[in-house]
Amino acid sequence: MSTLFQQLINGLVLGSVYALIALGYTMVYGILGLINFAHGELAMIGALIALTTIAALSGFALPVPLVVAAGLLAAISVCMVLGYAIERIAYRPLRNAPRLAPLITAIGVSIVLQNVAMLIWGRQYLSFPSILPQGWHALFGARITDIQIAMLATAFVLMFALDALVRRTQLGRAMRATSQSPQLAGLMGIHADRVISLTFIIGSGLAAIGGFMVSAYYGLAHYYMGFLLGLKAFSAAVLGGIGQLRGAMLGGLLLGVIESLGAGYIGILTHGFLGSNYQDVFAFFVLIVVLIVRPSGLLGVQTIDRA
Amino acid sequence: MTINKWCQQGLYASALIGLLGLGACSQPDSGSASVIKLGSVSPLTGPQAHLGKDNENGAQLAVDEINMAGLTLAGRRYHLQLLAEDDQADPKTATTVAQQLVDDGVVGVIGHLNSGATIPAAKVYFDAGIPQISPSATAIAYTHLGFNTAFRVMSNDAQQGSALAHYATDVLHAQRIAIIDDRTAYGQGLADEFARVAAADGAKVVAREYTTDKATDFLSILTSIKATSPQLVFFGGMDPQAGPLARQMRQLGLTGQLMGGDGMQTGQFIHLAGDAAEGVIASTPGVPLSAMPQGQAFKTRFMARYGDVQNYAPYAYDAVYVLVDAMKRANSADPQRYLALLPKTDYAGVTGRIRFDAHGDLAQGAVTVYQVKSGVWQVLKTIQ
Repeated sequence: MSTLFQQLINGLVLGSVYALIALGYTMVYGILGLINFAHGELAMIGALIALTTIAALSGFALPVPLVVAAGLLAAISVCMVLGYAIERIAYRPLRNAPRLAPLITAIGVSIVLQNVAMLIWGRQYLSFPSILPQGWHALFGARITDIQIAMLATAFVLMFALDALVRRTQLGRAMRATSQSPQLAGLMGIHADRVISLTFIIGSGLAAIGGFMVSAYYGLAHYYMGFLLGLKAFSAAVLGGIGQLRGAMLGGLLLGVIESLGAGYIGILTHGFLGSNYQDVFAFFVLIVVLIVRPSGLLGVQTIDRA
Repeated sequence: MTINKWCQQGLYASALIGLLGLGACSQPDSGSASVIKLGSVSPLTGPQAHLGKDNENGAQLAVDEINMAGLTLAGRRYHLQLLAEDDQADPKTATTVAQQLVDDGVVGVIGHLNSGATIPAAKVYFDAGIPQISPSATAIAYTHLGFNTAFRVMSNDAQQGSALAHYATDVLHAQRIAIIDDRTAYGQGLADEFARVAAADGAKVVAREYTTDKATDFLSILTSIKATSPQLVFFGGMDPQAGPLARQMRQLGLTGQLMGGDGMQTGQFIHLAGDAAEGVIASTPGVPLSAMPQGQAFKTRFMARYGDVQNYAPYAYDAVYVLVDAMKRANSADPQRYLALLPKTDYAGVTGRIRFDAHGDLAQGAVTVYQVKSGVWQVLKTIQ
């Protein structure tokens, strides 16, 4: 029982990070119909910036929350600027091009970011300074650490805040209008380009926070980490129904829990035929089954004109 | 011939083209010495790039030293050139890169780093009749494919896995053992050999879990393992996984002794595992750099150019010298001629005395067991 509970905690924490990053994919897709494949790399850049800042500051005997806040702030601001720049340079000029063109530039941007990160930070795995509290609490026989609690709380606060932003504010209404039709939104006095830029900026900020959390949690960061992270978050967005904010949140959490339970129990379920190395296979298998039954994802809406 | 023609055209053509043409022709030292091309293959990108670069640096250091000293075979002066290729630790890329090196006309190869990449590439080199010495592939299968071109200057997993298993059962008295491997030829081979010998020594394998060589999250499998309360957790894999694995064991309160092979017996592991590295036991085939016959001198020369030795650089360095040693004895850089003399190698290298058995494995493979104490790897025992 305590093992099951521990697996659920592991899965929820991992899933909350997937969800944060999935939000960026889903927001951009919702508005532009574009899959921003460079999004995972933004999480990677965020992680590396935060790590570097924190490592640089940790020599000065400053209070830990201040150092963490500085690292996070640096990561968020760099990623926001980068997200804005990527949209301006790689996607906006192709706004009216065939849909495959921005997809290709997205992959291009992703490769460029990876290589730039490799040049700046090198190929080594970087270790996250161990300044975060290592405390833990017992919960129904399982362990939950302070870091895990902080990650869950941050992720949920951010998800609710974003949901409120999109559903209840002027900017959110503009975003929803732009996602339905940028041209028509323009006629209603909405500056579509500005809304799209803001979407990228918000998504990039969330990616930075997600990247920071992953690297602090696992204690390492690496120029290549964005690829798998992005792939998982993208899958989470698809699982929940890409374009749907709440879908991305649900998809992320579900994917995390499925992965965790899959790795923990796949051996028992298949009587040792499949081992825990099939945890990703298990997660993607669930994804495929969901997509066969509900092609537009769990919370997705059937649309006629968009594939 | 073609190159000369290009150069002439270059001189007569516009200044820019002329410069390019000259640039292409003025290879260093190509004046009188012929060029011998050697290949070095290891992952230069991806998670193991730091280990891959280390191998390349080790080989490059040897090549530069040999060039500095001058290499003369059958009265002709030769210049060694190292072609460093990236196999991304990927078996498919490994064969492509191997073929590329063969096409480029290399006469010997130092590599690859990973057993999973070394094994498929071995066939390519065998078909081309080019000797291959891996500085770090430890999977048993590599030298047991029946290829007379495959050698290694590193103890294999049978030697390492059984040394570790004996240490776990005899010295640490571990009775309940959990085993994790990363499903690569290296990790799996080492873990299987460890499991076999540990079971023969009377220990019980209470959990057998698997991960990949790209994973960072082991909480799920460690949670399963924790339920079986093992006294020792054995990991067959590399340091990018072992570091977070050690941290996550501590996070979950899994108190068993963590143990592993050479893939995690690195400075990078201590760096990545942080406080959780303390007390971890891992082995490395061969003897420690400090106990190698010429280890200190090698370390000084290496550090002056490349910084810290990650792991296998001295072996890559020795591999180059072993190839050149055979060339000298054959008085030829023709792979067909010097390959015949490689099995008769008896070379005193930086890493120790290098002689091969019938398979191309080291005749005397030593394994050294280390433990992290106060943040550094310290030798526990060297097992012959």
